[in-house]
Amino acid sequence: MSTTASDNATDVLRVEHLSKSYGAVTALTDINLRLGKGEVLGLIGDNGAGKSTLLKILCGFQPPTSGSIFLEGREVQLKSVNHARSLGIDAVYQDLAMVNQLTVCENMFLNREKIRWPLLSTRTMRREAQKRLDEMGVRVPDVNARVAKLSGGQRQAVAVARSVFSDPKILLLDEPLAAMGVKEGTIILDLVQKLKQRGDVSIIIIAHNYGQVLDVCDRVNMIQGGQITLDKRADETSAQELTDLVVAEYRRAMEERQQQSA
Amino acid sequence: MSETTQQSTGELGTSPGGGPGGTGGATASLWRGASMLLRQRELTVFVVAVALFLYFLFSSGQVNTAFIGQTNLINLLSTIAAPIIIIALGEVMLLISGEIDLSVGFIYTLAPYIMYFTVQYYHVPPLLGIILGLVMGIVVGWLNAFLTVTLGLPSFITTLGTGFILWGIVDTTSHAEPVPIPPSTMGVGKIFSTEQLVSSTNWNSIIWAVALTVIMHLVLTRTRWGLHTVAVGGNLLAAREAGIHVNRIKYGNFMLTGLFGALVGIQVAFANNSIDPTAGQYTPMFYSVAAAVIGGTAMLGGVGTIIGAFFGSFVIALVEDGFNILGFSANPLPIIYGTAILVAMIANVQLTRLRERGSR
Ligand SMILES: Nc1ncnc2c1ncn2[C@@H]1O[C@H](COP(=O)(O)OP(=O)(O)OP(=O)(O)O)[C@@H](O)[C@H]1O
Ligand SMILES: [Mg+2]
Repeated sequence: MSTTASDNATDVLRVEHLSKSYGAVTALTDINLRLGKGEVLGLIGDNGAGKSTLLKILCGFQPPTSGSIFLEGREVQLKSVNHARSLGIDAVYQDLAMVNQLTVCENMFLNREKIRWPLLSTRTMRREAQKRLDEMGVRVPDVNARVAKLSGGQRQAVAVARSVFSDPKILLLDEPLAAMGVKEGTIILDLVQKLKQRGDVSIIIIAHNYGQVLDVCDRVNMIQGGQITLDKRADETSAQELTDLVVAEYRRAMEERQQQSA
Repeated sequence: MSETTQQSTGELGTSPGGGPGGTGGATASLWRGASMLLRQRELTVFVVAVALFLYFLFSSGQVNTAFIGQTNLINLLSTIAAPIIIIALGEVMLLISGEIDLSVGFIYTLAPYIMYFTVQYYHVPPLLGIILGLVMGIVVGWLNAFLTVTLGLPSFITTLGTGFILWGIVDTTSHAEPVPIPPSTMGVGKIFSTEQLVSSTNWNSIIWAVALTVIMHLVLTRTRWGLHTVAVGGNLLAAREAGIHVNRIKYGNFMLTGLFGALVGIQVAFANNSIDPTAGQYTPMFYSVAAAVIGGTAMLGGVGTIIGAFFGSFVIALVEDGFNILGFSANPLPIIYGTAILVAMIANVQLTRLRERGSR
């Protein structure tokens, strides 16, 4: 695995002192993070650590409370999802952002429909959706089937297929393996590998199964309590080490709490 | 997007789950055919409307010439059905996007007064007076959207409030008195309705209704706006995450409903040759929502069809008109409407369950 120990010059994305509060809840306190060109960064951390919050800021869905985001060295204010997309950032959300009442094809083209004004080019979209799914080895019963009829894994695969539609420069994946069987998970991991080999897309992938992501990642960052507490090359760590770290942190927190209440 | 059409196309493409495949080809295909028909909710309502039509036509044992005569057809189509249809077009879009407008019937009441006041008192040209009436509908729609989308009130409450306010505005400004159509507007008025102008050949209202139905059906099923309307009502968060301007969609559909309400109000005023403070109000709104529900639109958002609402309106209009023609008392009519709504809703809920079981 070719790891790129990238320096600032080759960073496609850099985040400095990013924080986010929802009213009284502080989800992110001080995030500093970088993503090299062509790099795959694994982002891990407990439930509620703030991983999804960070991702939703990076894809323009919500603004940070403070801090800066740099794309290829230039500071940007991501105004909306569409704005981020136009800058080459696309995402798969944890909730997958699928509309059950719409078909696979309609979901894949949601808000990036092909149009022959004023009507939708339904046939073109169907053809292209089918082609994309075939290329990626994603099996769905029919692109005209409503998404409600798909299995959890199939939805996830469709969501991932959708995110690479616009050939993003930066791809953000929030637990893309969560509902997947071993075989389907491999499809996604293979896709990440394939994108990585092309070298023109940089990926942040959030996951709970450390073993699975370590295989495709160049680097791993761990979020704890709204901060990045660990930044290691994937080949210098192991699933065991990461697990131990999380457990140790948990134990320490428990002890602290017990001391406080004592 | 028309849910039922997708259902059927989806079903044609995929064999898994589409019936007890293989065993007994004839029964299997019969089953598949029957379930496909059931899935076409619009078709069900269409069949009900046709059955009602035939019933009223032949119930006396022979062709009922009064029912099929031109005067009654105009009454059925232009006077009764058209207003329900046009308002239902707006309500369907709103219901699909997860909202409702209870105030639209009062927009209907106010619109012709706006025309009257501006033409009579401010001497604006007749066409401009009509346009101002329509613009009022759009403005009220915008206000409904502002209170609902921007300030976060439930649309049920928003439009309950604005409806009352409009009611009060009509009664205050008109002193609750009807007024005649301003003579200067008669010429322009022919676009909307001609009953009084060219005796008893007022097909205009129903022509408007059919044309708008075709347009709105295309908007819902074949345009970005329609697709995004379904997305917003089906999964608001997902729509937002996809970058859809969800507020814009809701604002648009509220304003469209307001426009349609005002259009109907002006049409009816011209048809009656009088502007009546008791026209409109709650009844047309309730009929339109009923038509939408009978036609398969769900109240929870994401599901609904224009064609279904169109035939749903016909069901309501046919019952009202048929009772009248056959000389039945109109008193039990609401019982029939209520039952139709409940039956349609039960069918919707049960068919959805059936469908989910079948697709597994
Ligand atoms: N919209 C919101 N409003 C208020 N608080 C929120 C919101 N979204 C997230 N939070 C809070 O922010 C914190 C971080 O949440 P986030 O979803 O980012 O966690 P996560 O790391 O993705 O967890 P998981 O592994 O369970 O997906 C949590 O305490 C959560 O309660
Ligand atoms: Mg998360």
